[in-house]
Amino acid sequence: MTKKLLLENVHIEGINSYDVYRKNGGYSAVEKALKKMSPDDIVEEVKKSGLRGRGGAGFPTGMKWSFLAKPEGVPRHLLCNADESEPGTFKDRYLMEKIPHLLIEGMILSSFALGANQSYIYIRGEYMFVLRILEKAIAEAYANGWLGKNILGSGFDLDLSVTPGAGAYICGEETALIESLEGNRGNPRMKPPFPAVQGLWQRPTVVNNVETIAAVVPIVNNGGDEYAKIGIGRSTGTKLISASGNINNPGVYEIELGLSVEEFIYSEEYCGGIKNGKKIKACVPGGSSVPILPHFLITKTAESNDRLMTYESLAEGGFATGSMLGSGGFIVYDEDQCIVRNTWNFSRFYHHESCGQCSPCREGTGWMEKVLHRLENGRGTMEDIDLLWDIQGNIEGNTICPLGDAAAWPVAAAIRHFREEFEWHVTNPNEATKRNYGLISEKVFEKVNA
Amino acid sequence: MSEEIQKFKVTIDGKTIEVEPGTTILNAARQIGGDIVPPAMCYYSSLKGSGGKCRTCLVEVSKGSEKDPRPMPKLMASCSTTVMDGMEIKNKSSERVVKARGGVVEFLLMNHPLDCPICDQAGECHLQDLAYEHGHSKTRYEFNRREFDKIDIGEYIKLHMTRCILCYRCVYTANQLTEKREHGVLKRGDAAEIGTFIENSLDNEFIGNVIDVCPVGALTDKTFRFKSRVWYTKPMDASCNCDKCSGKAVVWMIGDEIARVTARKDEYGEVKEFICNDCRFNKKDTNQWNIEGPRKIKRHSVISANHYEKETPKHTTLLNKA
Repeated sequence: MTKKLLLENVHIEGINSYDVYRKNGGYSAVEKALKKMSPDDIVEEVKKSGLRGRGGAGFPTGMKWSFLAKPEGVPRHLLCNADESEPGTFKDRYLMEKIPHLLIEGMILSSFALGANQSYIYIRGEYMFVLRILEKAIAEAYANGWLGKNILGSGFDLDLSVTPGAGAYICGEETALIESLEGNRGNPRMKPPFPAVQGLWQRPTVVNNVETIAAVVPIVNNGGDEYAKIGIGRSTGTKLISASGNINNPGVYEIELGLSVEEFIYSEEYCGGIKNGKKIKACVPGGSSVPILPHFLITKTAESNDRLMTYESLAEGGFATGSMLGSGGFIVYDEDQCIVRNTWNFSRFYHHESCGQCSPCREGTGWMEKVLHRLENGRGTMEDIDLLWDIQGNIEGNTICPLGDAAAWPVAAAIRHFREEFEWHVTNPNEATKRNYGLISEKVFEKVNA
Repeated sequence: MSEEIQKFKVTIDGKTIEVEPGTTILNAARQIGGDIVPPAMCYYSSLKGSGGKCRTCLVEVSKGSEKDPRPMPKLMASCSTTVMDGMEIKNKSSERVVKARGGVVEFLLMNHPLDCPICDQAGECHLQDLAYEHGHSKTRYEFNRREFDKIDIGEYIKLHMTRCILCYRCVYTANQLTEKREHGVLKRGDAAEIGTFIENSLDNEFIGNVIDVCPVGALTDKTFRFKSRVWYTKPMDASCNCDKCSGKAVVWMIGDEIARVTARKDEYGEVKEFICNDCRFNKKDTNQWNIEGPRKIKRHSVISANHYEKETPKHTTLLNKA
């Protein structure tokens, strides 16, 4: 059994209510922090823990916190990014749905550490039911004196509220999130200035992922050093992984960073192997934006090292033979899955979610989707593959926010590793059409004909 | 007490200049002038918040600063990146920049109707200039182009969204120049459009300036539409007594008649003194204007290529190429 820090109590009946959560040691970290620690102590513990942002980029949280500008007389804000919309990622939803108080406890600790008196949870519009769970939990926390004025007599005030977005992936980008929270159109801002200097209402702001904020609770409880003992190298602690695709046990798992990918996919404790005894074909280890890995690069890196679930190991080999841990959306494909169709599906998502502010992403994502759709349906040419490569190259790195990169990477990786499959679609248009529209549509046809 | 501001030394394509701290790379380049100035479709120096969107002004920073000489890994938008002391920038001398800019121009033209032969902006269009310089002769885009209906927004302005490149300049103009903004960007991605949401007319004293700030022919002057190609008209500096604006404008004449009135633009197509609707749309009689003399258009475009007082022979490069 691996050590669990976030989901340890998740199976206890009624853990989403305040009383049960409190009985199982909840809010002890707040007691400890407000009574015995100073804000700087918490920042120091988080730095020691080596916690890295769980939202995708993996930036060290302690360092991010220390960048926060602290001008005299200007309020600061902590925002929790719960706009989890990456295809393949659903870990934050699980956490907020099951143990909402863990997030609230983390918010209190982080706000105290940063000196923020008004904090917000920005949740995606599609998570309306989670919003209600959180609001209930917040009301309970207020009622029991964990939020509001003068918490535990420490003189620290904190107001916390949940704000839903309108359902835009782009609002998960921190500056777009801030714009949206201010009531504007969710377009990313130009950086610099960074949110740490000028964020929400031009005030210094820190934006952190749900899981990052929740991880502050065990760090304060057990100490940063204890947290840093878990994991390998610069990847410390535990990580929630949302596993999906052709595996026996899809779901959310908390793993210790440093677990081998092979164990994660094949052990009964986690994914439980590939469904129906099929072979694995490919894997996207960190949500739809990260490069896809072909079967021979999943469990071993190009240098024949064991591939581990860490930020470093998954990225080994750069984009040529590696990928990224990203937000932990682990998608597994078996031998029957069509990579071209999958790539088209992803690029359709990015086309739909591009905010349309800067030209490469606005025009390029739509173009890629159309070309991929054509290839998928057996109407593509060999030139189309080179064209796609060119388009993604023109998008990558030339946009305001990382959505452009996120749209370009999966296409680039699919062509890099599965070019033959793209070519097969061009040379076998009829078979390509049949196979991709697959069994479901054939059954539909049978029904219609009968 | 000496208040000497420490100036920053910047090198762009081998040309060095000293500028004040806080200057953007683009403005530093404009201070040097000439060929090394990156093109800018969305940046407008008098509009706060503009810039960074079109990505045509991307440059390579080959040396970050004197203190930290590491090059920046990504291409930077020169309109919104401020200079550091000792920064070295490559614009046209960088292959990466030329390639990326070609890509951006391709993206901008992808959904553009290329209806220059019937477009009023032709001849003074920034996208046209950009395409001449960086575009390919053939498009690789084989799908249907995005199309919108033409919309009348108000008495004087026509919005032809199909031509729009979503630079957001008109939105910022309306926001910052007029009392009430009634239009904005609707929808997202490549379905995004400029609009008023509910059919609404834009009528306030300064809204006519959105025509001047539009880099393409998406917003056109209804009092001038289809009257004449701009290069057949004679630009004259003119002024009038106006209690709402400075009254300094350019009148574009056909024979003795005023075909249209615009604000005075500098060589980068930027208006420094915005004019009111009255001057722009209603004063079409020469008696109402004090005509000062021919206007020298410094822009590198067709509009100045066919004119009688050429600034320098450099402006005819387009014709020489042909």
